[in-house]
Amino acid sequence: MHLQAKDLAIGYPGHTVGTDIALNVGAGEVLCLLGPNGSGKTTLFRTLLGLLKALGGQVCYDGTPLAQLSRRELARRVAYVPQAHGATFPFLVHDVVLMGRTAHRGPFAAPGAADRAAAEAALVTLGITDLAGRDYTRISGGQRQLVLVARALAQQAPLVVMDEPTASLDFGNQVSVLAQVRRLAAAGLGVVLSTHDPDHAFAVASSVMLLDDGHVVGEGTPQQVLTPDLLRRVYGVGVEIAELGGGQTVCAPDYAARGNGGVT
Amino acid sequence: MSTAADNDAHAAAQARSGRMTWGLIGTLALATGSLAVFAALVGAYPVSVSEAFAVLWRWLTGTLAGGATETVLLEVRVPRITAALLVGAALAGAGAVYQGLFRNPLVSPDILGVSTGAGLGAVLGIFLSLPILAIQGFAFIGGMVTVAIVYAIAVTVRGREPTLVLVLAGVVVGSLAGAMISLIKVLADPYDQLPAITFWLLGSLASTRAGDVWSVLPAVLVGLVPLILLRHRITVLSLGDDEARTLGVEAGRLRALVVAAATLMTASVVAISGVIGWVGLVMPHIARMLVGPNFDRLLPASMLLGAAYLLAVDTLARTMAQVETPLGILTAIVGAPFFLWLLARGRHGWN
Repeated sequence: MHLQAKDLAIGYPGHTVGTDIALNVGAGEVLCLLGPNGSGKTTLFRTLLGLLKALGGQVCYDGTPLAQLSRRELARRVAYVPQAHGATFPFLVHDVVLMGRTAHRGPFAAPGAADRAAAEAALVTLGITDLAGRDYTRISGGQRQLVLVARALAQQAPLVVMDEPTASLDFGNQVSVLAQVRRLAAAGLGVVLSTHDPDHAFAVASSVMLLDDGHVVGEGTPQQVLTPDLLRRVYGVGVEIAELGGGQTVCAPDYAARGNGGVT
Repeated sequence: MSTAADNDAHAAAQARSGRMTWGLIGTLALATGSLAVFAALVGAYPVSVSEAFAVLWRWLTGTLAGGATETVLLEVRVPRITAALLVGAALAGAGAVYQGLFRNPLVSPDILGVSTGAGLGAVLGIFLSLPILAIQGFAFIGGMVTVAIVYAIAVTVRGREPTLVLVLAGVVVGSLAGAMISLIKVLADPYDQLPAITFWLLGSLASTRAGDVWSVLPAVLVGLVPLILLRHRITVLSLGDDEARTLGVEAGRLRALVVAAATLMTASVVAISGVIGWVGLVMPHIARMLVGPNFDRLLPASMLLGAAYLLAVDTLARTMAQVETPLGILTAIVGAPFFLWLLARGRHGWN
């Protein structure tokens, strides 16, 4: 599995959001996208998923340009985990996960035994088999996010794209979703995710891309990119990066400086 | 990590998503069938069960002898009952499609203006004093053309929210067609044409004959077949275009096809029944409460409920008073309070 994008220009017709974006994600790698609101993370995701045409450059999956793939072929290469949403209709969790199998059967076919097995395996992997019979509309936001991850797993695509998977989750659920991301990567999947929390990048990312106003302002390992200097430049916040005893790196903002408008 | 309790819950989920709902759909089918038999017996000219079966036997063996009972059953009631079942099923089926497609449980088959367009066609036909068959043809064409215009507008505008553009275009074109209907009503002959126009716009199956059913049945089936074949894809489409695409569905193309199919069904039946509201709005709703939102079960459940409901209302319309009550009025009188009750009772069936 290899996702490659080069010279990518992203945006909407008549409105360029970002240019000169290049990225590479292989099996077992986690690419974490950071950047302020409006920096182009979502637009980039939509472009990678083929929901938005690239204004320039190219996205390739295993060397095949995105434009040459049908929706079904693309869905077998990349799975998408949207932000946990309130669904309109009360599908059972089991049925939601089963929808991940859509790309694996013909347009007229009903889900078969193999589809059910894949859905069940995904539920087991995420430890949420007890949710299978619940209405998707009646579980918590954190549980929904896990269900959507399970759906992506059932899709059996080698790459998973997650749009702010920790947004609007409580502390415990954030940790459990990030733990899942690590597990997916350990199982050989490539993951691209966006987050607003540098700590999350330190926790799960093998590489980080920092976007600001549609431009890549930093790229590399979390330690290389997420420096106090660069974070201050992009977010306007002073931070301290510290390493904890267990080898874990954390990022602590300087609240006092921000409150003074940066004057110390 | 899977425990015995987990497995039980999972098994229960699969049961609920499988056998149990199909049992419910089977029960609905039986109930609808029984209602049809009952409807054949009641009316201004009551028929006993044994008489009815005698007629059925003579019809099957080709030994019809003529007589009032045969005429009432075979030429009046059976066509009318069949039409009620067909119209109700088509309207509710189309409603289920539209609600899923627009991800909005408050949407009815009229959302893209098919009824208003069909109304304009029929009203024009009546105004021009055309024969019944031509009026029905005009209604059908009016409905299809209106939705085609709405869809063309939505495709041309290409906003970032295609569904919203589609709905707004439907409102605009629908009200334009409504204005033209009003204009024709003003110009129409108040003694001859106006009552016919009014009656048509309120919906009725009073004058339905066997030929009417046969003339629209093929079109309804042509619309229904793709919906049945693509039922699992349509379920995925109800997640929204972007999500459906990332799951491997060509959302734009599928939506165009599904809108065309549902519109074909609606325009066909409206051509023989006139405008009948509420069925396509309320029945899919109840069906969703019973069998869940998966389209493979929602479609048959909605169609059966719609068929049974319209048959019940039509039977009421022809038996409760000397003068036939227009169907559109009855469906509203029954449908509106029921819908309010659904709203008040808690938002089951959607979120």
